[in-house]
Amino acid sequence: MSADELLEPKAGVPSTDVSDPQYFHKVVDCQYACPTHTPVPEYIRLIAQRRYTEAFLLNWESNVFPGILGRTCDRPCEPACRRGRIDEKPVAICRLKRVAADYKGEVERYIPGAPAEKNGKRVALVGGGPASLTVARDLVPLGYTCVLFDKDPCGGGLMRTNIPSFRLPEDVLDEEVDRIVGMGVETRFGETVESLKALLDEDYDAVFIGTGAPRGKDLQVPGREEAAEHIHIGIDWLTSVAFAHVGEIGKNVIVIGGGNTAMDCCRSALRLGGQDVRVTVRSPRADMKASDWEIEEAELEGVPIFDNHNPKRFVVEDGVLCAVVFEKMRAEYSDTGRRTLTPTGEEVTFPCDDVLMAIGQDNAFPWIERDIGLEFDEWGMPVVDKTTFQSTLPNVFFGGDAAWGPENIITAVAHGHQAAISIDLMCRRLSLTERPQPGTNLMSQKMGIHEWSYDNNWSDHRRVPVPHQDLKLALTDLSVEVELGYDDKLAVQEAERCLNCDIQTVFIGNKCIECDACMDICPVDCINFIPNDAEDALRQSLRVPAVNVEQDLYVSDPLRTGRVMVKDEDVCLHCGLCAERCPTSAWDMAKYTYVEAQASPVCTLHNRAEFL
Amino acid sequence: MTYMTKPSVRHPALRQNDLGLTRRDYEGVISTLCAGCGHDSVTAAIIEACFELSLPAHRLAKLSGIGCSSKTTNYFLNRSHGFNSVHGRMAAIATGANLANRDLVYLGVSGDGDTASIGLGQFCHAVRRQVNMVYIVENNGTYGLTKGQFSATNDRESRSKKGKDNLFEAIDLCAMAIQLGAGFVARGFSGDREQLVPLIKAAINYDGFALLDIISPCVTFNNHVASTKSYDYIRDHSEAVGGLDFVPPEAEIEVDYEEGASTSITLHDGSKLELSKLSDGYDPRDGHGAIDVIRRQYEQGNVVTGLLYVREDVDDLHARLNTPSQALNALPESDLCPGQVALEAINETMR
Repeated sequence: MSADELLEPKAGVPSTDVSDPQYFHKVVDCQYACPTHTPVPEYIRLIAQRRYTEAFLLNWESNVFPGILGRTCDRPCEPACRRGRIDEKPVAICRLKRVAADYKGEVERYIPGAPAEKNGKRVALVGGGPASLTVARDLVPLGYTCVLFDKDPCGGGLMRTNIPSFRLPEDVLDEEVDRIVGMGVETRFGETVESLKALLDEDYDAVFIGTGAPRGKDLQVPGREEAAEHIHIGIDWLTSVAFAHVGEIGKNVIVIGGGNTAMDCCRSALRLGGQDVRVTVRSPRADMKASDWEIEEAELEGVPIFDNHNPKRFVVEDGVLCAVVFEKMRAEYSDTGRRTLTPTGEEVTFPCDDVLMAIGQDNAFPWIERDIGLEFDEWGMPVVDKTTFQSTLPNVFFGGDAAWGPENIITAVAHGHQAAISIDLMCRRLSLTERPQPGTNLMSQKMGIHEWSYDNNWSDHRRVPVPHQDLKLALTDLSVEVELGYDDKLAVQEAERCLNCDIQTVFIGNKCIECDACMDICPVDCINFIPNDAEDALRQSLRVPAVNVEQDLYVSDPLRTGRVMVKDEDVCLHCGLCAERCPTSAWDMAKYTYVEAQASPVCTLHNRAEFL
Repeated sequence: MTYMTKPSVRHPALRQNDLGLTRRDYEGVISTLCAGCGHDSVTAAIIEACFELSLPAHRLAKLSGIGCSSKTTNYFLNRSHGFNSVHGRMAAIATGANLANRDLVYLGVSGDGDTASIGLGQFCHAVRRQVNMVYIVENNGTYGLTKGQFSATNDRESRSKKGKDNLFEAIDLCAMAIQLGAGFVARGFSGDREQLVPLIKAAINYDGFALLDIISPCVTFNNHVASTKSYDYIRDHSEAVGGLDFVPPEAEIEVDYEEGASTSITLHDGSKLELSKLSDGYDPRDGHGAIDVIRRQYEQGNVVTGLLYVREDVDDLHARLNTPSQALNALPESDLCPGQVALEAINETMR
């Protein structure tokens, strides 16, 4: 090819703007998927270096409850993990978080407290769960007076009442709740807020409502009334168990429902005297809402799951519940994937002493007057702005399950952060829609010709299973934690599986001599030098077609030959071999730090280069 | 070079060839050459070509001499046979091996020092004997391993990295091979993979001596502004004589060539070389014409690339020597050692 034959730069995908804070953020799949954007690879590296205290603090800044979430998180990060697209299973991000919490050293001196001089603003927090506690944590260091109301005698909300202690030990919960309360939160535990109007009449600048979705759904089928004594609403029953108001259950127990509450119910029942405990679900097993690992744990403990079983009636003899009759269902899927469940006509009867009903939760706001200017929609849910978390009453905010229905703890924490930002902006009379921007930094990790400040070697290890307590022992006592957690050696082994996706491949086109070295060395063939084209065509023309459209293409400016460098981010190992084999340093491996904005910058203090 | 081994993990959707192998299965150990070396790109092109041809690795022998280029046989097809010979003697080893076992594909990788200096005599005789092999010269015009002296293929006009003039004429291996009777002569550029891979595939399938002179820039000693073998210089001065598509025997020709714009050459095994977009009346079957174009373009500072010369009617060394049609290791003992009676019959003819 002669000079005049060099390709004319072809129109196609515009070159990637890596200065957009979201571009590299999206490459860090786990952090991007985490509602609070916890810097996962960074804390995993700290764990690999046995720097547990730092790893804990990084977590605490983002997700506030590392010890609790390290045991109970819904883990949106793990299905997103890049490793899961290359290897059999993703990195055990959640359980590594627990390692940080388990082995941390003294952290209290790094926890910010209330300033000596308060700012004179008062915020009421209704409901003592993760959302309210997060608001308090973010606002107390700024000088706000936070008053936390909960009907129960201690804080924690559903983390205390609905998660059994064999999954989340009480001391772990107490430690993390107390850490926030200890920052200087005024608590009104055991106090039920009966009227929002009355609360607003008190001297509060803002009210945050984080009361969760406290009403368990019921099922009205024949026999329900007569058998009421032995039919329990799952979350209410779990609360009674948590506060030791209930200490036993019948031998034969049927749990109705297929979510995580159902799993907690059946496993709790096993520990309170249940001998034949069964879970029944209306839908096929594959459609169950419970997390796979929760189902797995229940089955490991010997609970069978009967899917396609729809409860039809409760059988009562002599005024006592003795069985449940189910009709079997068949699931059919339309072309659009829409499911319909139709009865097969077959009926089965399971004898039982008790039934636990875990078929969902609803919100309930009987204490909010409907005539105070706070609008509710047709489903009885408050009208809440998705960005500001503000209701139609400007000084009332919602978050957690109370805002849009049941989600999970980590989402509640994310809501809390955003609501805290809004409350702070409002109290400072600033616009709530102009949100503070994330802090970002991009720093080369090159230490020498073949030296990087991170361990770039690929580990072949499979996901390390978490050691469990002996099953017999675990089943004897509600308070014996089932999972023992990783020890330090297992933790390092698992940490080594992390691909360090926050160490970005940064391409500097004007240094490139198009020698193809990076393209050839890349173990997963994600680098290409080709003529630009429309995105669909470009994706097809790569060495391995980029079919995962959720993952971006990194496209350079036109190079000397008129071609462009196109990198498919999908399965990049972040091993840095492209940068090692580049003769001109056109590739660099640079650590991308993304710090989600919070109301109090004090709380993200450790997320900085000098600390890490 | 790198201290980390290339992770064994591969893209889950990596394409497989007819043998069910991926491109990764044709790799060797990680290269210890300088980062950005053209030779690594040639290595990748060889891997690509062998993968696409679905070559079983154990049916190929890779041979080399001494030099940066000769190290590269370790970087591809690590399940093939191999022989790393003394300096400049690869051609002789290949000749011997080929005579003993004609069933293997012989892929020789050499450099401009190993071929045009110490091994020039060996090279010439392998060409004129028409050894059935692919002879790749990774030509960077410099002695990289001994820190950048001019090699015999360095152009007269070029200068060293430190500014010294090259005082001697360059050997053009392609022109020389045509003159010595080679059947297949091509020139490629390590930076043009699209052109290079079909050339390698065609050379492998060619029965007879196939020379591939590949300009392969030395990033460390000969990739500067006064070099005529740098990435930039070759990109600016290469003149392709035409495009080449290699079409395996059983495959349909997919590309629709314009009438008269393409020339088709059928090889012994029925595979076809489809030559397209040939520059003004260029005929790769005309040796005189080829040498003429090479010389004229050279005088203008240009480098001609592509399939420069091909003959369909060559007899390889085995045909000329009338050797058995089987590899020696496949001959039955009765043929290899026919016994006293046969020996006496032979002796009788010499009395």
